[in-house]
Amino acid sequence: MTTMTEPNRIGIADRYRYEGLRSLMTRMTGDEKHASSATSTLDVLWVLYDRVLRVAPSTMDDPDRDRFLLSKGHGPMAYYAVLAATGFIPVTWLDTFGQLDSPLGYHPDRVLVPGVEISSGSLGHGLPIAVGVALGQRSQGSHGHTFVLVGDAELDEGTNHEAIAYAGATGLDGLTAIVVDNQSASHGWPGGIAARFSVNGWSTATVDGRDHEALEAVLTKPVPGRPHVVVAVVEPKE
Amino acid sequence: MTAPVRAEEITMRTRFVETVTELLAEEPTTALVLADISADLFTEQAQRHPDRMLNVGIRESLMISMVGGLALTGLRPIIHTYAPFLVERSFEQIKLDLTHQGVSAVLVSVGASYDWTEGGRTHQSPGDVALLDSLPDWTVHVPGHPDEVPPLLRTAVRSDDSFYLRLSGRSNTAPRPAALDGRLDVVRQDMGRLGGRALVLAVGPMLDPVLAATAGLDVTVAYTNTVRPLDLGGLRDLVAADTVVLVEPYLTGTSTRLINEALSDRPHRTLALGVSRAENRRYGTPEQHDVLHGLDAAGLRRSISEFLRSP
Repeated sequence: MTTMTEPNRIGIADRYRYEGLRSLMTRMTGDEKHASSATSTLDVLWVLYDRVLRVAPSTMDDPDRDRFLLSKGHGPMAYYAVLAATGFIPVTWLDTFGQLDSPLGYHPDRVLVPGVEISSGSLGHGLPIAVGVALGQRSQGSHGHTFVLVGDAELDEGTNHEAIAYAGATGLDGLTAIVVDNQSASHGWPGGIAARFSVNGWSTATVDGRDHEALEAVLTKPVPGRPHVVVAVVEPKE
Repeated sequence: MTAPVRAEEITMRTRFVETVTELLAEEPTTALVLADISADLFTEQAQRHPDRMLNVGIRESLMISMVGGLALTGLRPIIHTYAPFLVERSFEQIKLDLTHQGVSAVLVSVGASYDWTEGGRTHQSPGDVALLDSLPDWTVHVPGHPDEVPPLLRTAVRSDDSFYLRLSGRSNTAPRPAALDGRLDVVRQDMGRLGGRALVLAVGPMLDPVLAATAGLDVTVAYTNTVRPLDLGGLRDLVAADTVVLVEPYLTGTSTRLINEALSDRPHRTLALGVSRAENRRYGTPEQHDVLHGLDAAGLRRSISEFLRSP
């Protein structure tokens, strides 16, 4: 069973850095029950921080920065690994994962971890918050774009559907949601996840969640006048 | 602009609408977020400030989370709807998407404990202050008169802290300007001296019933519209005897722990009066529910007199 990116779906030049990320993830132990949550998000997170987001440790106070909100806060090992690899947090912090005085808990805390835009862990909060962030950026003329990552099972939470409907109704084109689909929703999504968004006016794209080129293409495609959702399909949760 | 209202129509809600209208014009970071309730009172403001006057529809959980997002971008949001939908339905959003994110907003409710008695339990919220009391660093105002609303709201919006303004259709006959700084306001000392047999602390709209209930009793009556943080220093100064009667227009005993904290170094007795936990399943008028909860003047006098007579 393959649980991470196959060589034919990632460029050779990218592989060296990507393998480094996987090595960083192994430094965080103790939350193995959420290992599949972590590995399911790894490629999307890496493509976002490596190729898409206009944000850096030095620009975290810039109102025009892009903002990434991890709603699927379970299994944040991939997120922390990416933050360490991109200089937001020291790599040595990874070894303290879950310890009493560590900034790195099993769910991210924005007050403790540089680069983390929202504290998450309770499902169904990130997408509604992201709607507010995108509206706030629009209200204040910010050039920043808001990205939020949710899980397919997390979409069961009703709050997401309030957010999907309102973002669609307001044509919130400063918002991109990424649904990492590892087919873990208990009852699935009849008609597909993208259909759930498109009925409320969202632009949709469904791609291989391990294909970096494809992810980059759909995450950087401008979609004027509509919020955008990218369904990133990965291997089913074991 | 909102049409001027006649004096007899002035309520806490109309004062709220007037003040928010002014703040939207004055403060470019002020935002108002609604969930349909009161949207008809802000139609002009929505046209004038379409990016800062947002009506999400009947989506209260989204409303709170979204406000957390607005606050993360530097806006100062005011959130307004009916009390049970603002605080009880969306409590996890308040806990996580405001307090835990380290951002803040100004929550303003209407409906109070049982302003709409005909509406039944679904539209009553006696537990809202107790719920917010489980979170750190919230300032909770319970105004007792419409004229207390504008200064409290302005201070809240111009602060960076978390505020809850609990508006009600019930009102005292006169505002208490002396209470606007958060300190306890001594309203009456019947025996011409501070203290008497007890301190009776009336919160918000409970002042008039308390004054009627305690006429002729040897007690000091104090008033507050700020219940978090409660003026514990002022409370200590006013409790000359050992007895405190706390009269709150929401869940009985919500502030008892603070009385005990303030007086922890001396023997004391506390009688807490407020809205009971009972599912009374009755309709009628708010005045009739006052009687059911013992919060009418006669009921208050009966409870207070009995407590003062007891050893």
